Amino acid sequence: MTDHSNFVQVRHAQKSFGTLEVLKDISLTVERGQIVAIIGPSGSGKSTLLRAINDLDPLTRGEVWLDGVQVNKSLPFRQYEKHINEMRQKIGMVFQHFNLFPHMTARENVTMAPKMLKGLSNQQADALANEQLDKVGMLERIDYYPSQLSGGQKQRVAIARALAMEPKLMLFDEATSALDPELVDEVNQVMKKLAEEHMTMIIVTHEMDFAASVCDRVLFMDQGVVVEEGPPEVVFKNPEKDRTRAFLRKHLEGAK
Amino acid sequence: MGLDFTVIPKYIDIILLGCLWTIAITVAAALLSFFGGIFFAVIALYAPAVIRLPFRLFEWIFMGTPLLLQLFLIYFGLVQIGVDLPAFVAGVIGLGLHFAVYNSELIQTAILSVDKGQMEAARTVGLSRGQALRKVIVPQAVRAVIPPIGNNMIALLKDSALVSVIGVSELTLSAQRAIGASYRPFEFYILAAAFYYVINLGMEWVQRKIERRIALSR
Ligand SMILES: Nc1ncnc2c1ncn2[C@@H]1O[C@H](COP(=O)(O)OP(=O)(O)O)[C@@H](O)[C@H]1O
Ligand SMILES: [Mg+2]
Repeated sequence: MTDHSNFVQVRHAQKSFGTLEVLKDISLTVERGQIVAIIGPSGSGKSTLLRAINDLDPLTRGEVWLDGVQVNKSLPFRQYEKHINEMRQKIGMVFQHFNLFPHMTARENVTMAPKMLKGLSNQQADALANEQLDKVGMLERIDYYPSQLSGGQKQRVAIARALAMEPKLMLFDEATSALDPELVDEVNQVMKKLAEEHMTMIIVTHEMDFAASVCDRVLFMDQGVVVEEGPPEVVFKNPEKDRTRAFLRKHLEGAK
Repeated sequence: MGLDFTVIPKYIDIILLGCLWTIAITVAAALLSFFGGIFFAVIALYAPAVIRLPFRLFEWIFMGTPLLLQLFLIYFGLVQIGVDLPAFVAGVIGLGLHFAVYNSELIQTAILSVDKGQMEAARTVGLSRGQALRKVIVPQAVRAVIPPIGNNMIALLKDSALVSVIGVSELTLSAQRAIGASYRPFEFYILAAAFYYVINLGMEWVQRKIERRIALSR
């Protein structure tokens, strides 16, 4: 009896850092298995929106729901901590700068949280590490430390680490922006694979071609509001709004 | 009366035994100062004020007063309130806590300079703040300050000579005893100095081993 609509819902999200209003009444719905790309100029609030979804940057006002449960519901501190830690296990996040744990091997990066939070045995943990690192093509490097990996390899391990918690939703914040151009594709391939497996994903990206090829919907954000949203064919090829058009034109020039 | 190093073999047993005590007290106090330093750092940064403020006072006592005085206080002073510690234990506690406070300073700074993204990544997979500190932040912070902690441990070795004043038969006190019997201060102080130097080299060797081991995981 799962409700396939409204799998992820952001309702009237408003966020201020001091006097700076970064998100201005943003609402967003993502259905189960959908992939949504968020594009927009730097500083428009894309990261803040993504980080509000798992409460890394708590909203000033507004609600975030995942699969029928409010992520940022108001609870006394201790209860909230317990609740949010459980919710975060269901929401994988991939950062621009990977944020792998440098003192742990790829295997340990992947298994640390499942061992700690789900009480996996060493054997189960090893099986999990094998499975997840294989999925991202990093099995041969299972016992390497992050310092021994390239950027693209690090990011693939970071994706495996997020997947190891079996999340219902994956958030990607410019996962390929910090990579040398020749390493971008290996990470994109992994994300494509997740898309084929119908992982629900919200992807903040500057790569319009990639966004167009995997996502069901594109959101264009500027100055804390969603200016335009729709299927990639429309938003990329035939945007309604001038601001979207200007952004895409500028971006295309920048890419040359 | 000139120098005569031929007296040394007669008293070498005392000196070697003194060496062993020096090594024992240094290793024990070093371990206490290492784990104590981590513990103190976490308290100083994250404990509620009711714990943190008394702890500051404690920290001030250990940083702001002479180690010699602290040793006297622990060994002779605590007896009056019914805590009668063996000299070795009193020495380990005194040296260990003293250097734990110094290590704590290093580790606090290191904890604060661990990249913010590390805590975020740990929280994102569902770890609590405490779990993230334990598994992610503190291990990285400690790795970052192994070299300066190593320097503190060398200082600890040298300061271990102070526990001779509470009667632990470590290297310095052993040398004095040999001198008392032989009236050969120069020979035995030089000998003790040589042994300190050798122990020092041993500690530097251990430190290099540790640094090499963690080189990749930083
Ligand atoms: N922790 C913070 N404190 C203060 N201002 C912030 C913080 N995080 C982001 N901002 C500001 O919020 C705005 C939106 O930032 P961000 O969400 O990172 O934009 P984007 O990801 O679209 O580049 C920017 O002006 C940024 O400077
Ligand atoms: Mg951003």
